[in-house]
Amino acid sequence: MDAKQMRKNKWQTTIFLILIIMITYLSSFITKFNLIESIATIPAAFSWIFSNLLITQESLEKLPQILEKLGETIFMSIAATTLAAIVSLFLAIMGSKTTKVNQTFSVIARFIASFSRNIPVVAWSLILLISFGQNSVTGFLALFVATVGFLTRAFIESVDEANQSSVEALTATGATYFHMISKAVIPQSLPQMLSWILFMIETNIRSATLVGILTGTGIGYMFDLYYKNMNYNLVALITFTIIIAVIAIELVSNKIRRVIL
Amino acid sequence: MEMVKELDPALIKRKRNGQINIKSGNKMDAVVKWTIWVLTALTILAFFFFDYTGLQLERAFTDTLHNIRVMFLEPGLSHFSWGEAFYQVGVTLGLGVLATIFGAIIAFFLALMAAENLSKPWLSNTVRVVVAFIRAVPTVLWVLIFAIAAGLGSEAAVLGMLFHSVAYLVKAFSESFEEVNPGIIEALRATGSSWWHIVINGVLPSTFTYLLSWTFLRFEINFSVAVAMGAAAGAGGIGFELFMASGFYFDLREVGFITYAILIIAIILEVISTRLKERYFPSSVKTR
Amino acid sequence: MSLLKVEGLSKFYDGETKVLKDVNFEVQAGEFLSIIGPSGAGKSTLLRCINRLVEINEGKVMFNGLDVGAMKKKELRKLRTNIGMIFQHYNLVPRLTVIENILHGRFGYKSTIQGVLGRFTEQEKEQAFYLLEKLGISEHAYKRCDQLSGGQQQRVGICRALIQEPKLILCDEPIASLDPNSSKVIMDYLKSISTEMGITCIVNLHQVEVAKEYASRIIGLKQGEIVFDGPSKLLYGEQIENIYGIESRELITV
Repeated sequence: MDAKQMRKNKWQTTIFLILIIMITYLSSFITKFNLIESIATIPAAFSWIFSNLLITQESLEKLPQILEKLGETIFMSIAATTLAAIVSLFLAIMGSKTTKVNQTFSVIARFIASFSRNIPVVAWSLILLISFGQNSVTGFLALFVATVGFLTRAFIESVDEANQSSVEALTATGATYFHMISKAVIPQSLPQMLSWILFMIETNIRSATLVGILTGTGIGYMFDLYYKNMNYNLVALITFTIIIAVIAIELVSNKIRRVIL
Repeated sequence: MEMVKELDPALIKRKRNGQINIKSGNKMDAVVKWTIWVLTALTILAFFFFDYTGLQLERAFTDTLHNIRVMFLEPGLSHFSWGEAFYQVGVTLGLGVLATIFGAIIAFFLALMAAENLSKPWLSNTVRVVVAFIRAVPTVLWVLIFAIAAGLGSEAAVLGMLFHSVAYLVKAFSESFEEVNPGIIEALRATGSSWWHIVINGVLPSTFTYLLSWTFLRFEINFSVAVAMGAAAGAGGIGFELFMASGFYFDLREVGFITYAILIIAIILEVISTRLKERYFPSSVKTR
Repeated sequence: MSLLKVEGLSKFYDGETKVLKDVNFEVQAGEFLSIIGPSGAGKSTLLRCINRLVEINEGKVMFNGLDVGAMKKKELRKLRTNIGMIFQHYNLVPRLTVIENILHGRFGYKSTIQGVLGRFTEQEKEQAFYLLEKLGISEHAYKRCDQLSGGQQQRVGICRALIQEPKLILCDEPIASLDPNSSKVIMDYLKSISTEMGITCIVNLHQVEVAKEYASRIIGLKQGEIVFDGPSKLLYGEQIENIYGIESRELITV
């Protein structure tokens, strides 16, 4: 790198930094965000957390109820993810450039995926809430739609990565399209796909909490209820159970991933 | 090639019913199979645990179809103006920007502590455990918890969103740092450079574009998180308008308009981040 | 009647680049034919026109008296069961076992449902083991294919072609990714397939020496045109230079 190039790079970096600072300033202005004030609240927030978010003997009595709602939330995320995975598998096979049947289906599949992925899960739950009402099915469907969008994109990548040459070999033996999909493409991409499914279950448990607050179901509803009643001991307990559940699921999926990938 | 008359029976594995087995029966296949079975069983079981209060499935589906048709075919504004809509989208983007930029700055320092090649084992493990813990709490809970201390508003939203951004970026950044060619670090160490010299002259130049790309990928996520925080935690922005339009005014046209606005921004962000990924990342690295 | 007849075959990609120009030849049952030529001469495309992995643009390919180019989906499947194929990169499904990969050769005879469910008869499975035994790799039957060496994988590829009970085997650069020892093993097996089992073999090669040693007849291809067609013993230095152009000396020594 000669001196001229270096000087140019230095200029670029400076301009870039100025740009970032301007965007940050603009964002603070538009959102009325005060950096100093928020830094000042951090110690206060943490001292509040450590003095109020305590699990007491009394709150533990509610544990069975909380666990029941947590179970509902976990089940909802798993069901939404697995069923979405089945739909995504079909969409991915139609959408992938290596296995697509024809151009039209491929475009349709990619369009459905992009549409359901880019509308956030909150928007889906609010839309579905209007006619489905406050119950698990609303949350389930919202998670399902968003997951279909995400998994289809991930699965298309996995299918595209599958070894193209074995597909050619199977075609050469006189195998049909479905033979080729089920015996050459899926065996190669299945571990990768499972890894994505496990990742999505973890993500969906967190999203389910959010969806639950909006749709009044599951652990999110419990949290919202005690949060509004300012029963912070129960808020602490609920948060704690969610942490345990998410970390447990993460550990299990990491174990599975280590074997299959 | 001589003809083989007899097969060596020791080489053929048979099932219990005497049929020849063609699967290898190794651990990997077994785990894949079990994972699928367990997930299937849990999915079926799930429907018995659902809360079906007030659900009329048939009506709900036809209503939803009708609603979606109104939303997407006749979008319109009634409770606020175009200018207001732009402003609210700007607020949501602003929340995303702030959480992403502050998150990236904090994550950079934490990632230096978490990267195995730049840090001590105990420090890197501690950072990793703390990050895993932070990640396990849903963003909305962080925001709501901060809202008590800081009051509802952009401060609580940004601080709450910061936690997940930091957790996500620490993981991505530290993995990028760990991929730095060990030769570069060794060469600098041999010249007697201090730790900060190594970071600024060795690690930073070779990972800078990765860090920027990851930061942008996180911004894409933070946009939809900011929408969610607006709706569920009263953080303002277009998410809050969506919540009001659907939950208070029941104005489907406005819901449609807002959804379109979110969709357009999200697609623009996705296109940019796909470009970035194709350009800077090898095929093995993906969004998480 | 000849087993395979290629008449005026031409192939172009993007409507412009001509890969094959007016190719004509016939192959009798039981022949061991080698197609040689520099890379880019159109050898792979020629093979893939025979089982229509690549669509034919002009001319005709007749297999067993049937027009390959005019075949419908069902007839094409039937044609492909009669033609085995062996690839340079073996083209096995890496995560599956050796025995599963071999049985993939039976898909041409299966309905979609049977194939998807992996219903193979005991006879077929036993046949697969016989073939493995014959090619000397039966102890690897339950290993994953990606755990085998290149030479062993190519033998699995041969088994997969043989279990189809084909009349013709197409080999696309079968030894290009192998070391000299494994190459010899594979070529010996291919030769014995044609002499002992009477299966016709068409082998794409870029090594002239190997082609002259094994094939009874050689076709030389240069920029999509046949420039030599005759018994291998009649292929001399002059024609070789014609096929490979100026680079011939480098290529022969490779």
